[in-house]
Amino acid sequence: MSAPSLVSKKIEKVATPGKRLDTETNQGVGVVETKYFHSASPPNELILENGEKLGPVTVAYETYGQLNNQRSNAILILHALSGDAHAAGFHKGDEKPGWWDDMIGPARAFDTDKYFVICSNVLGGCRGTTGPSSVNPRTGKPYGLDFPIISIPDMVNAQKHLIDHLEIDRLLSVAGGSMGGMQALEWLTAHPGRLNSGIVIATATKHSPQQIAFHEVGRQAIMADPLWKDGHYYGGHSPAKGLAVARMIGHITYMSEVSMAEKFGRRLSHNGKPRKFSVDFEVGEYLHNRGDHFVKRFDANSYLYITRAIDSFDASKGKNLHEVFNETKAKVLVLAFKSDWLYPASQSKEIVKACKWAGIDTTYCEIDSTYGHDAFLLEVEEETHLVKHFLQRVMVGNGVTGENRITEYAI
Amino acid sequence: MQSNPSLDHKAILEWIHQGASVLDLGCGDGELLDLLVKERHVKAQGIEIDEQAIYQCVAKGLSVFHEDIDHGLSDYADQSFDYVILNQSFQQVKSADLVLKEALRVGRNVIVGFPNFAHYQARLQIFFRGKTPVTPSLPYEWHDTPNLHFLSISDFIEYCRQRNIKLEKAVFVGRRRRIKIFPNLFGLTGIFLISNGETHTID
Repeated sequence: MSAPSLVSKKIEKVATPGKRLDTETNQGVGVVETKYFHSASPPNELILENGEKLGPVTVAYETYGQLNNQRSNAILILHALSGDAHAAGFHKGDEKPGWWDDMIGPARAFDTDKYFVICSNVLGGCRGTTGPSSVNPRTGKPYGLDFPIISIPDMVNAQKHLIDHLEIDRLLSVAGGSMGGMQALEWLTAHPGRLNSGIVIATATKHSPQQIAFHEVGRQAIMADPLWKDGHYYGGHSPAKGLAVARMIGHITYMSEVSMAEKFGRRLSHNGKPRKFSVDFEVGEYLHNRGDHFVKRFDANSYLYITRAIDSFDASKGKNLHEVFNETKAKVLVLAFKSDWLYPASQSKEIVKACKWAGIDTTYCEIDSTYGHDAFLLEVEEETHLVKHFLQRVMVGNGVTGENRITEYAI
Repeated sequence: MQSNPSLDHKAILEWIHQGASVLDLGCGDGELLDLLVKERHVKAQGIEIDEQAIYQCVAKGLSVFHEDIDHGLSDYADQSFDYVILNQSFQQVKSADLVLKEALRVGRNVIVGFPNFAHYQARLQIFFRGKTPVTPSLPYEWHDTPNLHFLSISDFIEYCRQRNIKLEKAVFVGRRRRIKIFPNLFGLTGIFLISNGETHTID
């Protein structure tokens, strides 16, 4: 009855998302490709939460593992603000795997030998799914700010269409951290009949003023960049400086005081000759690198639209939170991290409280971590243990066994 | 896994009916809840403060909240569970009064198990050696004990009488068997089934 050895590790881990723990023995899901689902062509546009119509809509998605005969082993992975459909494996020629590769693959938390794992890029994004940088069919030019305001429920609605298209009646689980956790909450409350469980990590039922404030500064940084041009910068230079600053602010909020102190201390960076107000400290250099890296793969307008969707999300829809959970029969796993001050454990406890009132079968763990909000991408060992056993129970509880003969899924 | 449950777990198992709903406050590694799920098919929920214990509960397939039971059970409606269990955790909470009151509100029945401070070995150690007792049910030294309250079986009985808490059943456990006579002297552990007076008996 000895405790599973979960405490040995903290030091060796490097705060770099995507670092693999088992590279030598486990190759993960291997080479993968992004697929595209086209729908909502006029006159059958997607009706958004605010009543506006959007169409056609393309959803970029990837799948790993295989759907079983009963189509009952599908898990939808929900990404955070800057994520995309590429959650696991490698794109041809790439050196870095997908953003949650540590968690998805054979014998990993989301075990692709057992489960059919799906991940799609969110509506409003810029990584293959329709967003403000997509071409507006009415003008033949990118939408820019003509793109309608979208919400977390709209993102989930687009995912639901994808799940319908894949002919999956009921997901075994939905799982996500941060904004992905908000989508998981939306799935649990708005589509309770479509899933058996939800894994809700480092998130909130709604943003606090503090969380909104950080996003607002990020948005203002983008809009203050003269290259932003009211969102109509496509075809020219993008507001890279503004977007980089927004991302730098984000990264400050994703780390903790301790993780920054451990990673950078007050060490100086040594890039060329010192100039007045050049980047003096390693922490500054890190933020700059992150910002510069980010602008290469992310669209500034998508950043505006998605952060706004996060800020305006309220899982309770103006009611008592437990009331929106009333229809939910799913099992729920809620995870928070001790040093996460952006999405503090108190916000996860609000979710747990509502689950208790609603009589939902719930497990909650506050994982001891010094990584701040980044922990949800880094504390792989603990998350793997919890997620793996939780999913196992959901699967057994729903009569889905690992023994099902698995057939190749073809669309 | 546990083919031979401990005497206190066995006693609790006997009291709990098939398919009951059970909230175990301070469930530890989930051994008791696991036994109740396997033997009685109870709807089990644990609350536990220790993170490593949470991992062990989850590995057993249990639902558990990582919380401090001293912060109360205000998220639960009255009579939400058939049984609320405080086994070996009652003497470790800060506000025993509040926790027991809440347990009695949330559960139709409450099971409390605690080490007996008036066991004869403890009495002898205090009397002859003048030292804080260490017994099989109170195995800790004074400086590293998780226990905050040191009560005897008689203390608990009196406590319940004063508060009109109904003592439904009790079992006293020694080192290898149940104790029938002079439990406050020979019982290492006392386990009580209590309720808020009035009605329900189980069986």
